[in-house]
Amino acid sequence: MSDSGKVGAVLVVGGGIGGVQTALDLGDSGYKVYLVERASAIGGVMAMLDKTFPTNDCSMCILSPKLVAAGRHENIELMTQTEVLGVSGEPGNLKVRLKRYARSVDLAKCTGCGDCLTKCPVRDLPNEFEGGLSKRRAIYRMYAQAVPNAPTIDRTQCLKFTRDKCGACQKSCKAGAIDYTQQDEEIEVEVGSIVVAAGSKIAPTGLRPEYGHGRYPNVVTSLEYERILSASGPYSGHVKRPSDGKEPKRIAWLQCVGSRDDSVERGYCSAMCCMYAVKEAVITKEHAKHVEPAVFYMDMRSYGKDFDKYVERAEQQYGVRLVRARVAEVREDPETKNLVLRFAGDGGQRSQEFDMVVLSCGFVPPPELIELSKRLDFELDKYGFAATDQWGPIATTRDGVSVAGSFAQPMAIPEAVTGASGAAAAAEEVLAAERGKLAAVKEVPAETDVRGEAPRIGVFVCHCGINIGGVVRVPEVTEYARSLPHVVFAEENLYSCSGDTQEKIKDRIREHRLNRVVVASCSPRTHEPLFQATVTEAGLNPHLFAMTNIRDQCSWVHMKEPDKATEKSKDLVKMAVARALRLKPLPKVKLPVTKAGLVVGGGVAGMTSALALAGEGFDVFLVEQEKTLGGNARTIATTVEGDDVKARLEELVGKVTSHPRIKVYSGARIKAIDGFVGNFQTTLQREERGERREESLKHGAVVVATGAQYRTPTEYGYGQSDRVLSQKELEEILSGSRQSPVAIRQSQSIVMIQCVGSRDEERPYCSRICCAEAVKNGLKVKEVNPDADIYVLYRDIRTYGLREEYYRQARQKGVVFIRYSPEQKPEVRIEDGKPLVSVFDPILGQPVELSPDLLVLSSGLVPQAGSDELAKMLKVPLNADGFFLEAHMKLRPVDFATEGVFMAGLCHFPKFIDEAAAQAKAAAGRAATILSRDTLEAEATVASVNPDRCSACHMCEGLCAYRAIEVKTINERTGKQAAVVNEALCKGCGACAANCRSLAIDIRGFQAENISREIAALLD
Amino acid sequence: MASYEPKIVGFLCNWCTYAGADLAGTSRMQYPPNMRPIRVMCSSAVDSVYILRALLEGADGVFIGGCHPGDCHYVSGNYKARRRMVLFNSVMKSLGLDTDRVWLRWISAAEGRKFADTITEMTGHLSKKGPSAFKEKWEV
Repeated sequence: MSDSGKVGAVLVVGGGIGGVQTALDLGDSGYKVYLVERASAIGGVMAMLDKTFPTNDCSMCILSPKLVAAGRHENIELMTQTEVLGVSGEPGNLKVRLKRYARSVDLAKCTGCGDCLTKCPVRDLPNEFEGGLSKRRAIYRMYAQAVPNAPTIDRTQCLKFTRDKCGACQKSCKAGAIDYTQQDEEIEVEVGSIVVAAGSKIAPTGLRPEYGHGRYPNVVTSLEYERILSASGPYSGHVKRPSDGKEPKRIAWLQCVGSRDDSVERGYCSAMCCMYAVKEAVITKEHAKHVEPAVFYMDMRSYGKDFDKYVERAEQQYGVRLVRARVAEVREDPETKNLVLRFAGDGGQRSQEFDMVVLSCGFVPPPELIELSKRLDFELDKYGFAATDQWGPIATTRDGVSVAGSFAQPMAIPEAVTGASGAAAAAEEVLAAERGKLAAVKEVPAETDVRGEAPRIGVFVCHCGINIGGVVRVPEVTEYARSLPHVVFAEENLYSCSGDTQEKIKDRIREHRLNRVVVASCSPRTHEPLFQATVTEAGLNPHLFAMTNIRDQCSWVHMKEPDKATEKSKDLVKMAVARALRLKPLPKVKLPVTKAGLVVGGGVAGMTSALALAGEGFDVFLVEQEKTLGGNARTIATTVEGDDVKARLEELVGKVTSHPRIKVYSGARIKAIDGFVGNFQTTLQREERGERREESLKHGAVVVATGAQYRTPTEYGYGQSDRVLSQKELEEILSGSRQSPVAIRQSQSIVMIQCVGSRDEERPYCSRICCAEAVKNGLKVKEVNPDADIYVLYRDIRTYGLREEYYRQARQKGVVFIRYSPEQKPEVRIEDGKPLVSVFDPILGQPVELSPDLLVLSSGLVPQAGSDELAKMLKVPLNADGFFLEAHMKLRPVDFATEGVFMAGLCHFPKFIDEAAAQAKAAAGRAATILSRDTLEAEATVASVNPDRCSACHMCEGLCAYRAIEVKTINERTGKQAAVVNEALCKGCGACAANCRSLAIDIRGFQAENISREIAALLD
Repeated sequence: MASYEPKIVGFLCNWCTYAGADLAGTSRMQYPPNMRPIRVMCSSAVDSVYILRALLEGADGVFIGGCHPGDCHYVSGNYKARRRMVLFNSVMKSLGLDTDRVWLRWISAAEGRKFADTITEMTGHLSKKGPSAFKEKWEV
């Protein structure tokens, strides 16, 4: 605890992607984190998914590095099988009581070898992670890549606990990690802030018993289907149906199971099911070409960035059939186990047979969280999600407790990750003065200078219990290693990764004056950092270490060929030794950090971001090109939820302009941005007293929040009659800031047309906010004039998430929604200055003629003017639609690929105020991971150029995805030019090196020489 | 000929194929022990010189594994590898050399099965084809 009485630690509840991201951001920003998870491993729902939309990235591949990073982060304490009992104290200083349930496996001893997993005689338990589609034992690992990788014992099933017999797992464990005597324990931790990222669950299928899940084996939930698709799932990624293991030909997805359904008190839309169903259908086609997928839906809610394009591809390239119908019932043919769907379609009641049915279950807050909310004393909304405020979508009703992820409301992964970084920022604002107080300080001994010494290589060969030693003859491999040139020491270990072996390796380095170390064991992807840390502790540069994988890629995959596996292990050791021979100590490149942030754009997102950064304790420059702050929000009166935007905006502007750490530059333009992460320099231009002035700002990070623009319609008679308005103009009329051509009170009918200039060839994206805006303004008109007839002509109503409620209200109040298809768009004529609208009504099956007093066009948002210019200055990309493109659609939603640059708000894509505010906070949270440091350490394994060889051909420049290499004049006198690597930006991929025609570029640690030697050693 | 065992040098990208090979291991999927993996950060880092070097030193085949198109950890490295491979093959062809001894495949971190199958298939293919004459032919 510090002088302020606050504690520089944060408790994060929930180890899904949300909680993990919050923990990583906080840990990276200098806070101690307790990451509490009820299950035996972190990963949450995302770990169960096969692929993710809209990029079809493999879910585990992108998640697993984050899990591993959280698992070994020096500031993160992972507390699995733990739950919160209660909390006391004030924000800044909270005491949290926790209960840790016994795992019966000692995490400090377990090496994750998995020997115990095959010995347990209790083998018929349903594997919950696999949706019960496969079996697990009483001792089990949640999933193959689980973090921590140690198994847990299910005490309700284990014979040791139920009958006091067996003990097979203990006998099989050579590490002595099985501990039946472990007890559940209560622990108390002190923290300054709490983030709840408890996630959501898929809606119970019992909400729709008529769909037969649980009764019919071939009806599965969407999450079970994810496991079926997964290469590491119960069917190894083969599309099979559970009843007979046959490949299904016809698969149906039924949308809105437990969503948009008032009859089961789930009135909201679950926001992501349309997309995941289409994705599952697409992936199915990739796995099994002959399958005919069909998705039965109400509205296709593909409202996100690049989502509409994805759905279009699904239909046109993959042949996914989209059927607009709600299925009434599913019946099984008892003979074939096929399923017959009954639904209302074109031409009345129809039925269709399928081989398999997937229920697109919505999301519900985990019911056990009602208890958690009581223990932490914050309120829930009527559905059981955490109650939050629109402008602070991260704060719960209790001070010091924030919420991240889908426990706030149903949301997809990017929004969860965004909320997570935002929650980190919120915690940092409370604890700005406590940064670094409880962060781990690593003490590293001085590095031994090995330059000029002959190589003295030590080789450690691992048995990994019997995992390697049971197949490969480890003593023989060790003996062989000893015979290799420059190897002065070799020995075998039972478990190379165990704590005592680490000590032993350090001793051997000192005793034998080793200056290169080779470990032959498991995968460097998981264990290289551990061994590198060990050699560092013994005074060696971490890059004097080489690892080779004789387990995952040898003993485990050649279990029946011990001779050949032993030969392969020898080869692998020989190759590693050859590589080690030429390893060089790599310098740590340290770069100073300017602890200030630049925020570009003074709308809601920009201001929120600026406030969060300032709250975290950093100086902020806020640049706005207009004379006043506020951006698009200035034209909005209220949100659909009824929030007074004007009042909120005033409050926000007041806070920003009075904050001592924020300097506002309004009416300013950015002329140039130079530099790189930690060290940017921006030149501003602005008029002051009629004089053009330039100013230079130094900062370590950038947040782009330049917004978007309302599009002015050009179609449907806009401009030809004053009775044709844009939705924004109607909003202004309703808020009293614009005169209406016909008083709303006297209007008999109003027609709104949706998707005007959106979702077409020119702008193939959905503007996301227009449906809710139309609903909002429709409701407002009804308030003023309940007798007005309001018609909304739409393609799909996309009031996703909790906004669905207002769509329902609008229908209840008599707003009429008429669907039109892009092939049969409404037609508008202007006669006598009045619009006449004709549209084909698919329910009546005939055209309808309307002559409204007002025609309102929802014409969407377009990218901000000047985005491309800013993009060029920052060296960041725009997507095909002209919005800024994030580093990764799922897991880096507010980062750019260029380090130190972040984004928030409409410049990323159209979105609501709460979403923009969450993103703005997130950008501040991410920026803090950089600004909180005094220096940044650049990656050591980066490209380096031999200027004598470089011919300055510029080839490498175009190849570098990070713009990290550039040809410059390196000698002013001779004019000599050569490529120069910016080590702060280089990621070490090697594309430049492999393509360099002058052989001038090498990747440190992966030098061509090392790899060539490796090849030569193998084949000599 | 019965005792002929093809020697394959593998270049596996750290983020996808190497991880996929690890998963094949954790899932205990068996495949022939003929490939010797070398971990590289990205398939784009596999210099054509490495491939030639391996063939000249007597490898019967070279395997390169990268992330699926669109999945590259380094944005577009796999596309660069693919482009280079096309070029490499055309050079091999114009020299009158086999192009089916060098395989470039996309294997993700979740595709342990695909990794095992691919290595099995490649080993089978090279076994049928017989030893490479590259080394003898080009030995100077």
